[in-house]
Amino acid sequence: MKILTAAALAALVTVGAGQVHAAEGEAMPKYDWSFSGVFGRFDRAAMQRGLQVYREVCSACHGLKYVAFRNLEVLGYSEDEIKEMATEYSIGDGPNDEGDMFERPGRPSDYFPSPFPNDKAAAAANNGAAPPDLSLMAKARPGGPDYIRNLLLGYEDPPAGFEALEGLNYNLYFPGHQIAMAAPLSDGAVEFADGTEASTEQMATDLANFLMWTAEPNLERRHSLGVSVVLFLLVFTGILYAAKRKVWSDLH
Amino acid sequence: MSGLKTNNPVIRWIEYRLPIFSFIDHAVGSGYPTPRNLNYWWNFGSLAGLALVIMILTGIMLAMQYTAHVAFAFDSVERIMRDVNSGWLIRYIHMNGGSFFFIVVYIHLFRGLYYGSYKAPRELLWILGVVILLLMMATAFMGYVLPWGQMSFWGATVITNLFSAIPLIGESIVTWLWGGFAVANPTLNRFYALHYLLPFVIVGAVVLHIWALHRFGSNNPLGIEANGPQDKIPFHPYYTAKDAFGVGVFLLFFAAVVFFAPNFFGEPDNYIPANPLSTPAHIVPEWYFLPYYATLRAIPDKLLGVIAMFGSILILFVLPWIDRSPVRSAKFRPIYKQFFWIFLADCILLGYIGAKPPEGMFLIIGRIATAYYFLHFVIVFVLSYVERPRPLPSSIGEAVLKGGGAPAPAAAREKA
Ligand code: HEC
Ligand code: HEM
Repeated sequence: MKILTAAALAALVTVGAGQVHAAEGEAMPKYDWSFSGVFGRFDRAAMQRGLQVYREVCSACHGLKYVAFRNLEVLGYSEDEIKEMATEYSIGDGPNDEGDMFERPGRPSDYFPSPFPNDKAAAAANNGAAPPDLSLMAKARPGGPDYIRNLLLGYEDPPAGFEALEGLNYNLYFPGHQIAMAAPLSDGAVEFADGTEASTEQMATDLANFLMWTAEPNLERRHSLGVSVVLFLLVFTGILYAAKRKVWSDLH
Repeated sequence: MSGLKTNNPVIRWIEYRLPIFSFIDHAVGSGYPTPRNLNYWWNFGSLAGLALVIMILTGIMLAMQYTAHVAFAFDSVERIMRDVNSGWLIRYIHMNGGSFFFIVVYIHLFRGLYYGSYKAPRELLWILGVVILLLMMATAFMGYVLPWGQMSFWGATVITNLFSAIPLIGESIVTWLWGGFAVANPTLNRFYALHYLLPFVIVGAVVLHIWALHRFGSNNPLGIEANGPQDKIPFHPYYTAKDAFGVGVFLLFFAAVVFFAPNFFGEPDNYIPANPLSTPAHIVPEWYFLPYYATLRAIPDKLLGVIAMFGSILILFVLPWIDRSPVRSAKFRPIYKQFFWIFLADCILLGYIGAKPPEGMFLIIGRIATAYYFLHFVIVFVLSYVERPRPLPSSIGEAVLKGGGAPAPAAAREKA
């Protein structure tokens, strides 16, 4: 009885946890990310390509407001490269000594500027749906990086009889299957600096790598610290167990 | 004052003026005699204390960086995650610490249910435990609002709105709770003030809880009173060593989640900044509230639902008087034991249903499980009269040292 109930409970809990976290709609194909798992680390080359696609395609509509240019050092860029990249952006600043607001070239300490001044303007320019900031996207949707990759690859012809509303696009993985964003990627949309072929799939995968980093920039530190902490605790707990056995030995 | 034996002159000097060392020795030292047969389910009390300390320490560190304003709260938490040194670690410990606190406390509570720890003379000890649970729930609910994500905002809206079910004054109460006509900046501010305050109220309740515990000492797996020295061992070094090992195991599980799955218990929606104009598809509370959420939604009438939800916890206050069986431990109560496991399964089932939309099969199962939750207490009441307990061993020492208890029917009916 006891064992049966325990087994039933365990099953329920597992199923429950899975279901709470599962996305609605389409089953979500999973990709084997370099950053998943206990020893997982980011793929620098993929992140650099992802950044490039973001800068050349997505940044027209999506902000990345929690990421500063200085943060990009982790991706393997030098200080000069980052300075250079920052100056390509124009940043609103002020007021100056005359009391006027002004635009100036970006600095490494600046954050990626958002393409629209506010959500209303963003919605007005995009069929009424504001493109969300992408900084936290990889943590803000069930499935995270898998969802981003699938979403970008999920533009298909709608099944027979499916009428997408005016201005909306059919997407297999978007909840409700109608998304205001038109397919943003097409083969060869960018020319990768490292010579990798820019297939849609390649770009979607690289973007998901990059956006996982923007959402969880401390992932590598977390993993490596975690391994040390768990190893320490294993040894320490073993010693505590031995101590407990020793202390109790005169009782049994 | 006890015979605290020490030759250290500093300790003796202090002890003479402030007998704090003998106080500690009585609380968790060699001066606290403890039943010799406590099993590992008795580790969860000290673990709950540890969780509380972890929450307060990490909470104070977060508070140094957090901004309680609707326009800055979400950004300030992201700053903690990105720019504050080790801020991500502090926040992930606090975020998951809440879940582990509840895991530990729920196990602690069901341990009490199984071994009848709520029975005389430990009724007040039990009641203080339920008070702590209620305070924890209030604290965790308000803490979850602080990062001001979508679930923070909508969870706060749904739960505070429950009070509008109270006839006549409900609407005014909700306005009063909000400090306005919607969940907004005044709400966030007061939740922050209370979230900072309540953990220290919990500390106070824990002190009383432990004070009451020390009056009669721990219950034990046999549920019979410990008599005489052969039944008891000093807390230190025996249980300090055993609790320390428990802490190690607890920290292993905790670290595994904090470092390798820190968002396991979380909702992705809470990484979207709060937006009063866009309601999430499913508003779900944190996992530890799911059984109550299921109870709330199982009942079609809002007021009755709210009453049932609060009632499901409040009924624990009177459990010592519902269960009239003089035998504490389920070990000697063959029928109660079965119903204990069914009750536990029912609570977990309610948690599962709480995560589901209240429709179709889920609603029906939710209703049955809710009804059974309350029925359980009727069953417990009836069982105290009809169940025939197995004979109790005459002493802990006998049961532990010889293995298995010789029947001693007189002890079974003796009211402790
Ligand atoms: C022409 C403007 C535009 C471009 C370019 C664009 N998007 Fe979008 N994106 C949108 C809009 C509008 C939405 C909101 C869709 C909705 O809510 O229906 C959106 C939504 C999204 C979402 C969120 C979907 C969800 O679950 O809510 C993601 C992720 C996303 N875009 C990624 C990208 C990426 C990656 C790129 C670059 C390859 C990109 N977008 C390029 C306009 C754009
Ligand atoms: C009983 C102990 C406590 C419990 C159960 C608790 C619970 C929580 C929870 C569930 C959150 C939301 C975490 C998230 O999703 O981000 C939170 C946030 C927070 N708590 Fe606590 N907490 C406790 C004690 C404290 C104390 C003592 C303080 C301060 C002195 C504190 C300060 C904060 C702050 C500043 C936040 C917002 C930052 C954040 O969301 O990460 N907490 N708390």
